[in-house]
Amino acid sequence: MSLLQVEGLGISFGGVTAVNDVSFALDQGKIVSVIGPNGAGKTTLFNMISGVYLPKSGKVRLDGEDVTGLRPDLLAVRGMSRTFQNLQIFQEMSVLENVIVGFHMHERGPVLADLFALPGSRKRARAAAEGARVLLERVGLERAAEREAGALSYGALKRLEIARALAARPRVLLLDEPAAGCNAVETEEIDRLICEVAKTGVAILLVEHDMKLVMRLSDTIVVLDHGEKIAEGDPAVVSRDPRVIEAYLGAGTTEALHAHG
Amino acid sequence: MRLSPKQSTLLVLAVLMIASPFFFPSNYYYRVGSLVFVNAIAVVGIVILTGYAGQISLGHAGFLGIGGYACALLPAHFGLPPALAVVAGAAISGAIAYVVGRPILKLKGYYLAVATLGFGVLVSMVLANEGWLTGGPDGIKVPDPGIRALLEQVGIELTNPQFWYAFCGLVLFIGAWLALNLRESPTGRALRALHGSEVAARTAGIDIAKAKLNAFVISAVYASVAGSLLALQNRLITPDVAGFMHSIELVTMAVLGGAGSVLGGIFGAALLTLLPQVLTVLQDYEHVVLGLVMMGVMIFLPAGLIPSARRLLRGRGE
Ligand SMILES: Nc1ncnc2c1ncn2[C@@H]1O[C@H](COP(=O)(O)OP(=O)(O)OP(=O)(O)O)[C@@H](O)[C@H]1O
Ligand SMILES: [Mg+2]
Repeated sequence: MSLLQVEGLGISFGGVTAVNDVSFALDQGKIVSVIGPNGAGKTTLFNMISGVYLPKSGKVRLDGEDVTGLRPDLLAVRGMSRTFQNLQIFQEMSVLENVIVGFHMHERGPVLADLFALPGSRKRARAAAEGARVLLERVGLERAAEREAGALSYGALKRLEIARALAARPRVLLLDEPAAGCNAVETEEIDRLICEVAKTGVAILLVEHDMKLVMRLSDTIVVLDHGEKIAEGDPAVVSRDPRVIEAYLGAGTTEALHAHG
Repeated sequence: MRLSPKQSTLLVLAVLMIASPFFFPSNYYYRVGSLVFVNAIAVVGIVILTGYAGQISLGHAGFLGIGGYACALLPAHFGLPPALAVVAGAAISGAIAYVVGRPILKLKGYYLAVATLGFGVLVSMVLANEGWLTGGPDGIKVPDPGIRALLEQVGIELTNPQFWYAFCGLVLFIGAWLALNLRESPTGRALRALHGSEVAARTAGIDIAKAKLNAFVISAVYASVAGSLLALQNRLITPDVAGFMHSIELVTMAVLGGAGSVLGGIFGAALLTLLPQVLTVLQDYEHVVLGLVMMGVMIFLPAGLIPSARRLLRGRGE
């Protein structure tokens, strides 16, 4: 059985169907990409899988357990983590602290221990800070550690979100347009990073408009259009699928599928 | 050696508390000082709730009332020593905050503001109307905790205002220390995270309902202790303490000084407690000037006085 199974997931907003009957599976160490024109329902799908939206129909299974509509924090405990298309950064905190929050599940303890700064509490916080520095190094932000997060560039914030998501030590990682707004060098780094993370056995669900990146990284591609799954398969097959080409032509991005990114 | 922000805040606080009395021309100033401390204790609680966690309460004076009346009623009806009544009052306030907070903290923004306001109004109405128990609008007498007498026996002789200055100062110092500990701890970071982005905090595994409740209960305990200390030093408690205006005042103090910062909150409490005393020389214009000062700070230093000052200093240092 697959690590993450999405079965017939659907939702509508005010009578308008945003996602309808979408199914796919994701295995350990694999990268599945969800692509589709703007407004196809990719982020909405992510929001349902990660417990932000309650689906109207369908099921999400994590390691066989039905986790449909479970609170995001409970999903996090079960090993699901994500980043956001529209950045969700803790602006008033330092870059380092943003990542430390990612360690919350590993560093939390009794409130009274925290109030009185008991040795146990300080030890947990120190371990989280050390782990956070390692992750910042991994995404190339170690020199920005003490800066206020709000002061970072868009591309840097994207990587900060990835570091924060990794801090939770996820089994399933959902990345919503991690390379958006990144320059070529940053995209390259994100490419490498995603590969590395997948190699450690994390299952990655990726939404990305950079087709070069998608074609190179994905084991499987799921194509959405108007909330429906119109194709699924490995990159070579999907990029030749007439329905997929039509969907992209319809959206006016003729060259999107031909690796111009 | 470089001091951490926590250490430097505590150092500044200790120096100000110890040095100020050398400039006091009379005993009366100890009294004003202890009022500053009492307000500051409650405001540090607001800093945790509003500054850290981003949740507003317009009813926190209700907890001051509960803490204050606990010191009057528990000794009278259950024979509890007044000093222990402070602790019991804090426990009762914490329990009530827990029960009230669970449904209320699901609300956001102005809905939360109105719901907490309702709680505050409810408490002050009960205190004013249940005269058989609370003495009604005229208030009720509070017994002497006898700590000063105890100190006298071991050779420490303080006037009454001096004693309360020292005692409330000590409690404030401990309160500030705890709040600063919390800030850099996993629990406090969770609060500041949900302030920044609830959805990101949740995906990081933070149970935001529980985190908000933690902040609400802790801040209620701060307010309760402040109310108890006020009652004990005044030897009297009236329903005004729990009133709507007092709640607003506490939030204003926190925001004016800088809600995210413990030192800011304390500074705001000092400013809004002292300013009216200073401005009495302006007589009729007192409230006009006070209002203008508040508006001016918010327009020109929206982060509050202390954080803005810090930013200025840091900007120059770089
Ligand atoms: N909370 C919401 N309320 C109402 N409509 C919504 C909501 N969330 C999404 N939608 C609608 O659902 C549809 C799919 O949006 P979604 O953001 O999932 O698209 P997307 O594939 O992520 O697009 P993009 O590539 O631009 O990020 C859109 O028509 C959007 O307006
Ligand atoms: Mg999207």
